Amino acid sequence: MNTPVKRWQSLLLWGGLTLAVVAVHLLGRAGLVSGYLLQILQLIGINIMLTASLNLVNGYLGEFAIGHAGFMAVGAYVSALFTVKWHLPFPLALLAGAVAAGFFAWLVGIPAFTTFGDYLAIITLGFNMIVVNLINNIDYLGGPRGLPGLPRATNLLWVYALTALSLLVLRNLVRSNYGRLWVAIRESDIAAELMGAEVRRLKLLALVIAGTIAGAAGALWGHLLQYIHPRSFDYIKSTEMLVMVYLGGMGSLAGSVLGATLYTALMEMLRGLKEWRPVVGPLILILIMLRMPRGLMGLRPPDLGRLLRPRREKGVAT
Amino acid sequence: MAIFIQQLLNALQLGGIYALIALGYTMVYGVLKLINFAHGDIFMAGAFIGFFLATYLKLPFVATLLGSMVLTALLGVTVERVAYRPLREAGAPRMSLVITALGVGLFLENFTRATVGAEPRNFPRLLETAAWDLGGVALTSLQFLIIGTALALMLALRYLVRHTLVGKAMRAVADNPEILGLMGVNVDRIIIFTFVLGSTLAAAGGILYAQAYPVLDPYMGIVVGWKAFIAAVVGGIGLIDGAMLGGVILGSTEVFVAAYLPSTYRDGIAFAILILVLLLRPTGLLGRPVVKKV
Repeated sequence: MNTPVKRWQSLLLWGGLTLAVVAVHLLGRAGLVSGYLLQILQLIGINIMLTASLNLVNGYLGEFAIGHAGFMAVGAYVSALFTVKWHLPFPLALLAGAVAAGFFAWLVGIPAFTTFGDYLAIITLGFNMIVVNLINNIDYLGGPRGLPGLPRATNLLWVYALTALSLLVLRNLVRSNYGRLWVAIRESDIAAELMGAEVRRLKLLALVIAGTIAGAAGALWGHLLQYIHPRSFDYIKSTEMLVMVYLGGMGSLAGSVLGATLYTALMEMLRGLKEWRPVVGPLILILIMLRMPRGLMGLRPPDLGRLLRPRREKGVAT
Repeated sequence: MAIFIQQLLNALQLGGIYALIALGYTMVYGVLKLINFAHGDIFMAGAFIGFFLATYLKLPFVATLLGSMVLTALLGVTVERVAYRPLREAGAPRMSLVITALGVGLFLENFTRATVGAEPRNFPRLLETAAWDLGGVALTSLQFLIIGTALALMLALRYLVRHTLVGKAMRAVADNPEILGLMGVNVDRIIIFTFVLGSTLAAAGGILYAQAYPVLDPYMGIVVGWKAFIAAVVGGIGLIDGAMLGGVILGSTEVFVAAYLPSTYRDGIAFAILILVLLLRPTGLLGRPVVKKV
């Protein structure tokens, strides 16, 4: 079946990709690659960060967070606070946005994980709506008018570096003991708890990591488009992230990369549909659920679930 | 005191509408253990169907109400047949159903926006409004009608679930669908019936809402649906009485908060109530604690 990727192959792949990205970036600076294409590439990177981090919670941990845009909003607005209002350098703003979003994820996780069942879904969605509502009410942040004038600090290199870093962190985490514990919790949290796993702390950890990455993605996004608006972070955005996760496949980081790339490119190609375009995303989501519930790469390649279940069984959905 | 009673009437009006929608969430959750995130948009569809019936067919109030209830029930059943049932039959995990429900909700919103347009529509006033003065408290006929209709529908539903055979079957599905199937009951039919009931009540809620707050837009179902959902959770999800209680509690807090604090705090307070209830009584005010068994 699939042979493990050798170390030199992986190095070659990452090295080649890095060279290609730097080349595109330099060509873009020289005006040889259109700004439009550069922007799409950056959006793809940002969406990969959002999708892969959400997949950590929904795919590996098997919980059900549906308010990821809320963390993205925190990241975007906190970083904008740093650059627009306090004129601090972008890297600091980026860090602050990520940390703030991680902190909010922790806050959300405390009530969500003390209870059980669908409550993470309810609380994350509620959190998403509250964040949007709150921003709408804070005049200092522009309220419903949005916050313009963010410096154009994000570029392809920033996005690439952070996407690669996020994927690296996530990959190492899901391959570590933490990853094994998360998958154990996914398969049966009671059994995991009985085996001595600190279920609540582990769940919180996954949510905080996911929130932090989403916050960083939000900060990048804000400083790419230079204008942020509360409505761009509502639950429609969150659902979009779910589409990308499920398109790529639950519990597969490679799937998330693929899902985010395909979905972002597709939505860009469908711009001509105008007001019918937003109908496509939910339709894809419904069709994936009905026709290929495991997504494009769900629970296949570098996947821990494969080791844990008997060989005969072909498809176990999460 | 008069002001207080006046606010109480407003609270009952809003709470009754929330309760009607909350009942749909709670019934579907009881029967399928599914948070039907599309339900708020079924409510929106009910209001829009009513708008078209009243504006273009010039139907009077009762005909609009009944027509919208029937057509919205059809929509609810279609959603069940097309999106939820195939998943149930494939034995998909519960999470897939919830995600599908989110997708259906978003689809309904964006589809409505694409066909009807994004600009808000004004729902025609179908009733002459009279106001009575009851010792300093003004009761409008509209308030009376909304509270009365909501109450009548809820009592009818309560009777149906408690005292009829189909109600018994619904409770039995909620308890254990597999055993009920083995007993020879067509579980799918009971589920469809549940969706019919839920969508009908949501449509009624939509029409009543549109009479009280006559501006419709394709995204109106999000916030109202979310509030109704909180109401269902606060009362105890899966419980009919819980949904009614939750609706009134949520309606009251909203009205009283708006009366004494800036109205922008409304949504935040609704959410705070949700978190508090989830922390203190995760099964809701009327719910019994659940023991998790291995």
